[in-house]
Amino acid sequence: MKEILLIALPLLFAVVAFAWPNERTRPVFLPVAGVLHSALALWLLINPPAVPANIWFSFDPLARAVLPMTSLLFLVCSFYGVAYLRARSERKNRVFVAALLILSGLLSLALQAQNLGLLWVATEAATLVSIPLLHFNGTARAFEAAWKYLLIGGTGIALSLLGSFCLGYASLYNGGSGDLSFAALARQAALPGEGANLSTPWLMTAWVLLLTGYGTKMGLAPMHTWKPDAYGEAPGMVGVLMAGGLTAMAFVAILRVKQVVDAAGEHARAVTTLTLLALGLFSMLIAALFLLSTPDFKRMLAYSSIEQMGILAIGAAMGSAGTWAALFHVWTNGFTKGALFLSAGNIRRAAGDQTRDTVSGMAWRTPASARILVVGILAITACPPFGPFFSEMKIVLATFSNHQEFVAAAFLGCLLLSFFGLTRLVFAIVDGRPRSAANVAAGCVPEKPGLILPALAFLGLSLWLGLATPAVLSNAWTGAAKLLFTTP
Amino acid sequence: MNLVALASSRLPSVIRAAALQGVVLGIMPLLLEEKLRWTFVAIAIGTIVVKGFVIPSLLRHALRAANIDREMQPLIGFVPSLLLGAAATIGMVVLSGHLPLRPEHAKLLAPASFATVVCGFILLMARSKAISQVCGYLILENGIYLFGLLLIHSTPLLVEAGILLDLTVAIFVIGIIVDRIQREFDSLDTRKLTSLRE
Repeated sequence: MKEILLIALPLLFAVVAFAWPNERTRPVFLPVAGVLHSALALWLLINPPAVPANIWFSFDPLARAVLPMTSLLFLVCSFYGVAYLRARSERKNRVFVAALLILSGLLSLALQAQNLGLLWVATEAATLVSIPLLHFNGTARAFEAAWKYLLIGGTGIALSLLGSFCLGYASLYNGGSGDLSFAALARQAALPGEGANLSTPWLMTAWVLLLTGYGTKMGLAPMHTWKPDAYGEAPGMVGVLMAGGLTAMAFVAILRVKQVVDAAGEHARAVTTLTLLALGLFSMLIAALFLLSTPDFKRMLAYSSIEQMGILAIGAAMGSAGTWAALFHVWTNGFTKGALFLSAGNIRRAAGDQTRDTVSGMAWRTPASARILVVGILAITACPPFGPFFSEMKIVLATFSNHQEFVAAAFLGCLLLSFFGLTRLVFAIVDGRPRSAANVAAGCVPEKPGLILPALAFLGLSLWLGLATPAVLSNAWTGAAKLLFTTP
Repeated sequence: MNLVALASSRLPSVIRAAALQGVVLGIMPLLLEEKLRWTFVAIAIGTIVVKGFVIPSLLRHALRAANIDREMQPLIGFVPSLLLGAAATIGMVVLSGHLPLRPEHAKLLAPASFATVVCGFILLMARSKAISQVCGYLILENGIYLFGLLLIHSTPLLVEAGILLDLTVAIFVIGIIVDRIQREFDSLDTRKLTSLRE
């Protein structure tokens, strides 16, 4: 029952918000829905249901390990949204608010989906509903970003549909009942003997297509090209939900498919490990190289996100311990990215531009946002007291225990390169004096607490996860890793 | 059909090719079955209506509203893209020879579907107008749907309906974006969308 509420509640609020006549009071629906949704998600995190709700979706261990994070992400963003939409009162917010709420509902659906077809439908719908969020600013650049996102994301989603069909056929070919739930597929894959399990050629075709498709959604290189455009042009809070929520959803989709393919045996497991490793390392390398050259600090965050997705893929390739660490990293990355996107959005609005060529001296003009951005950058590049340090450390340890020393070396090298790129750009923006005399004359930009406190909250959550990871969370990750690796 | 779409130089004929393909796809499940069942009839009617009529008319509407000239402006010429399409079709037939099919399924379904997907890709990449890219996407989806027919006995109606619905909404959203791009850039030439790059 509560599982259904998780999905239905935001959708219900979306309908009400869409029908609500008043532009000024409509954004209030965001925090109301956010608080209720988070309360439900945390309740389910602490008291996980023993029986699945139905065959289509359930709050299983994997959903338990990720869904509360996206829910908290939405909660903090919703408070930011109220202040943000007040600051941007010149734009109509009817579609924006409704689309945000629908996105939250669809995220809950996709994370809980137990069926290949349902997972696809939810992912596709979430892609579509984020389009109006992307071009909220209504500029030519925003439409360009939305178009590229639609075309690349749509093609990726189409490929994952073809992959889903191939996986279905793999089951059907050897006399499967056509039950496309993950549990049934994994059970069939584990059956001994050729002719009863999943047909291997079809299974491999399906894995390649599904990895490409959901990898596009997640933003793994070389399918990442929509990401800098989309994150560069979207409002900060949309960036948070995409970088923390949508990518987590795609990652969970890949994990669920991987579980099925892995069950087919040693040979299939070697293929999934190798492909995930290759894509992960390539993503990290591409992101590190682009981070060294981009002059735009919102696109910088997108490349940093591509790097984090590479880290997740490497974690998922490193067995049970690596998957545990990757789920940990989903949380720390989501919260840290939240602080970064929100503060970068504030700076972008105050400065009126987003490249190093025109923006500087922001520590003087927007002191609070600039400080949050600097601390956030240190956190995401894995400086010790923050969460990402611990999760990335766990992933490195997992690579060592899998005797993949080369992977660990490449991993750390890419991290170092991206540390150079990120800090160089951020300090160029934050330090110094404003370029133009007009900006100096404009002086300090007043910063509203409603736009600062949510970013601080994200930073605090990231720090808290690093210093004191709650036992209930690490239990949830252990449960999810156990679910995915039933056969050691 | 794919080759017609690759060869034609005018937008309406590409839309017509995609629509005709949709209708043929809609009739397919009825031809493949010996005895009629109401679910198949429902799927067939839904497919014909959506793929054959609703989406093409949305596209034509966008074409009229945007009032663009109807030549295609290919990035890859018509003859090279035809050759590419033919080569891809042959390649896909060879490739799917390696994938086992159940005996009761028509031999040509899998290669035809993969070939359609690749042709859709070529159309998507080789044309610069936004609408023709949408047609490429549509043909790609048609190819996937063709493959889905292999599974028609096992996938529940609910999933099929969801897929069809998502597709319609996708095209609808694409139509809106196309409209906005037209207004902002005074053109639907995606080669002009170059301000976002490193």
